[in-house]
Amino acid sequence: MRRRSGLAITALAFGYAFLYVPIAILIVYSFNDSRLVTVWSHVSTRWYGELLHNAQIGDAFFLSLRIAAVSASASVMLGTLAALAMRRGRRFAGRSAFEVLVMMPLILPEVLTGLSLLLLFVLLGNFFGWPSERGATTITLAHITFGMAYATIVIRARLSELDPLLEEAAADLGATPVRTFWRVTLPLLMPAVLAAWLLAFTLSLDDVVIASFVTGPGASTLPIVIFSSVRLGVSPQINALATLLVCAVALIVGVATLTLARAKK
Amino acid sequence: MKAAGRLTVRARGLVVGLPFGWLVLFVLLPSLIVFAISLVEPRLGAPPFTPLFSHGSGALPRFDGKLDNYLLIFSDSLYVAAFLSSIRIAVSAALITLVLAYPMAYAIARTGPRWRTPLLMLVVLPFWTSFLIRVYAWTGILNSNGLVNNALRHLGVIAEPLPLLHNEFAVYLGIVYSYLPFMVLPIYAVLERLDWKLLEAAADLGAPPWRAFLRVTLPLSLPGIVAGLLLVFIPAVGEFIIPELLGGPGTLMIGRVLWTEFFSNHDWPLASALAIVLLVLVLTPAIALARVTRRPEDAA
Amino acid sequence: MAADAAAMPAIAVAGVSKRFGEVRAVDSVTLEIARGEFFCLLGASGSGKTTLLRMIAGFEQPDRGRISIDGEDVTAAPPYRRPVNMMFQSYALFPHLTVARNVAFGLEEEGRPKAEIRTRVAAALDLLDMGGLGGRKPHQLSGGQSQRAALARALVKEPKILLLDEPLAALDKRLRERAQGELVALRKRLGITFVMVTHDQEEAMGMASRIALMRDGAVLQVGSPRDLYENPVSRYAAEFFGTANLFEGRVVRVNGPHVSVECDTLGTLQASCAGGVSPGSAAAVMARPEHVTLSRAPAGETNMLPARLDSLSFLGSFYAGEVVLAQGQRVSARLSPAEYAAAGAPNAGEEVSLSFSPQAARVLTR
Repeated sequence: MRRRSGLAITALAFGYAFLYVPIAILIVYSFNDSRLVTVWSHVSTRWYGELLHNAQIGDAFFLSLRIAAVSASASVMLGTLAALAMRRGRRFAGRSAFEVLVMMPLILPEVLTGLSLLLLFVLLGNFFGWPSERGATTITLAHITFGMAYATIVIRARLSELDPLLEEAAADLGATPVRTFWRVTLPLLMPAVLAAWLLAFTLSLDDVVIASFVTGPGASTLPIVIFSSVRLGVSPQINALATLLVCAVALIVGVATLTLARAKK
Repeated sequence: MKAAGRLTVRARGLVVGLPFGWLVLFVLLPSLIVFAISLVEPRLGAPPFTPLFSHGSGALPRFDGKLDNYLLIFSDSLYVAAFLSSIRIAVSAALITLVLAYPMAYAIARTGPRWRTPLLMLVVLPFWTSFLIRVYAWTGILNSNGLVNNALRHLGVIAEPLPLLHNEFAVYLGIVYSYLPFMVLPIYAVLERLDWKLLEAAADLGAPPWRAFLRVTLPLSLPGIVAGLLLVFIPAVGEFIIPELLGGPGTLMIGRVLWTEFFSNHDWPLASALAIVLLVLVLTPAIALARVTRRPEDAA
Repeated sequence: MAADAAAMPAIAVAGVSKRFGEVRAVDSVTLEIARGEFFCLLGASGSGKTTLLRMIAGFEQPDRGRISIDGEDVTAAPPYRRPVNMMFQSYALFPHLTVARNVAFGLEEEGRPKAEIRTRVAAALDLLDMGGLGGRKPHQLSGGQSQRAALARALVKEPKILLLDEPLAALDKRLRERAQGELVALRKRLGITFVMVTHDQEEAMGMASRIALMRDGAVLQVGSPRDLYENPVSRYAAEFFGTANLFEGRVVRVNGPHVSVECDTLGTLQASCAGGVSPGSAAAVMARPEHVTLSRAPAGETNMLPARLDSLSFLGSFYAGEVVLAQGQRVSARLSPAEYAAAGAPNAGEEVSLSFSPQAARVLTR
């Protein structure tokens, strides 16, 4: 028994070290004063200061934030409808096609999703004159599409756990299906809706490949800027930016998890 | 009463129609377009490809689609090698991930219920932080002046830096690191539901622990293992960022080749044909995944 | 007009059928439930009782037949437009709302003024002794409290009919017995119609004024608890309501309510029947254990069978005896201490004579 728990602890310790040590190193080195990223000189917040004055990164950050917020909100709305159609709706024609299509963005390689959406936008632009140019709008549309797939999964899982008797009880007490949705189904789905929003938001904030395909001149999201910079090698400013992003995400996800756990109690 | 009924019908139509319409416009249609473009030739101009139909001699438009791009892909050793090495890298990386993930999932499933949620949270949390940044973190570690090489040089183990970055080894590392949660979660899900009394029964019937593991635990966790392997393989085989940042110039992966054809060579039709072959490549494991993870409620 | 309305059944179910795939859940059921009744749909699982209740509530649509409530055809009406309310087996309390908001839910859907809602919610909670618990969330309630909250939520709308789907199934035994009495008293006090679904025969007998016994989607028999116990229409009905000793045979003579049944090795047994029996048909004589008497010495000649007392247990208020007849059939007997003493206090293993009165025994042809 003792030997087995020793093995288990070793496996966990190694696994978690593997997962977290690289991020920890990144964070530590973001406070390294040296321009040569890998040579430690002394602790400083110099790169954070430079980061604040980097207008390109600042613009990219706000653009990404805007795209992520809009696409996450739309993803969650569409995802909720899709989950309802799959779990609560009656049978409808093309339902199995619908189920396959919903999951497609999760399976398709990013390069394929990016390429296919770009071709769509190019052809739409040629035939209908819209979108007239590619940029924030086309990135948002692309992000809604894959965000919706993730949102559907998360919300559908919660919906499956929901006791359908609760919706029947609401109908029995006089609520129409639409009222039942607003008063019973949606409030009970709220934790999943929030989790789905957060997931869609972070995925949008993280996407390089699809955005690279569907963007146009002048619209560089934060991941595109980071990617083009790190392709050239390690950069101290990117270390600082990465640290800020990682901490922000950890904070948001941590707070959200705790809040949801408390709400469940 | 009639009006309310009609409203409900309209609401129901909206529930199905809006997401369905979106998916048709932004998933189905683009995929068909990719296929269509894969049948034409590149040219200079906007758009940078020839039309699929042209005005023929008769009244009907003439279909100009050709399979030339596919013939090229299957005859040119570069593309064949890229596909083969993508599959090889994705399969091997998935297996390495399994070796690392199984003990973790097993250990988490065997801890007390109190610890399971935080331990699982710790596995999932990196998934929420930027994928790009997590891959980037390794460049600083594996670099020739990176942390590992510096440390080894400092200790006098090596004189010259080891070539850790920009090779296939780094790509494996990147895939395992990035997709570890995808493997831990499905295996954990299966092990968590496992009735540990079965192991006691096996012991009672004379099986020592390792035999009990091989004959009871492992077969019962097979659905989780298969799901995990597929969940790692599917994104890994079309991966672009990891081979681009961690791989060397010789690390051929299809996602990277597609990117180059599109962005550097501006050959949209060839990129489209590569995308279609890649799609076929992930479709089989994706269908297998759907079978493995199908829930009983869906089967009904 | 008013007299008409009073005479009209609260619920009329006419020729209703419902299939789920290949399964006939409800098979041409016709029922009338009067106003102010405590009506019970009783049956084993899969008998169709819950599906019938759900069709009355509006959650399922019948494939055929009509359902009327107070004379109004509601067959096609959705649940939110029916003057009935349901108490669900698992209570289905909204977990995100407090008890008071749960109870207020239906009134809010009716668009009642806030002040009226507040008063009526308070009154409903008081009615069920839940006065201090309005601010709690459902997960903070005990099983009994949840059951009362679910009742309050259904009753606050002052429905003409309250539907109860296994209302006591989720309670433990002790609470269940108390809740039975409370539900009966509550129905008396409110004067509305209760329709309850249960699989528990004792619960149905203890609470209902009338019972419909269902099997395989069809109603076998409708009647008062006493009627169903004493005059079951079939062997299945007889055995559903407690223990029944059945002696299989063939009808040889019918004389008004008196019927003689020839049972091969047991000879001719006398029993009574309300009618519909003709000589020559296969039938069973049914005797309840409490109607079976034992004695050491043979006494009388009607329905007298020699037997051996196989086992005897004293269960406080009565003795339970298992008797084996000559051809091997087992018969249960239930004797009060006085009857046991009168029988000569036989011990297990002794030869005894078994008898039952023709008036208490019934002839069953189905």
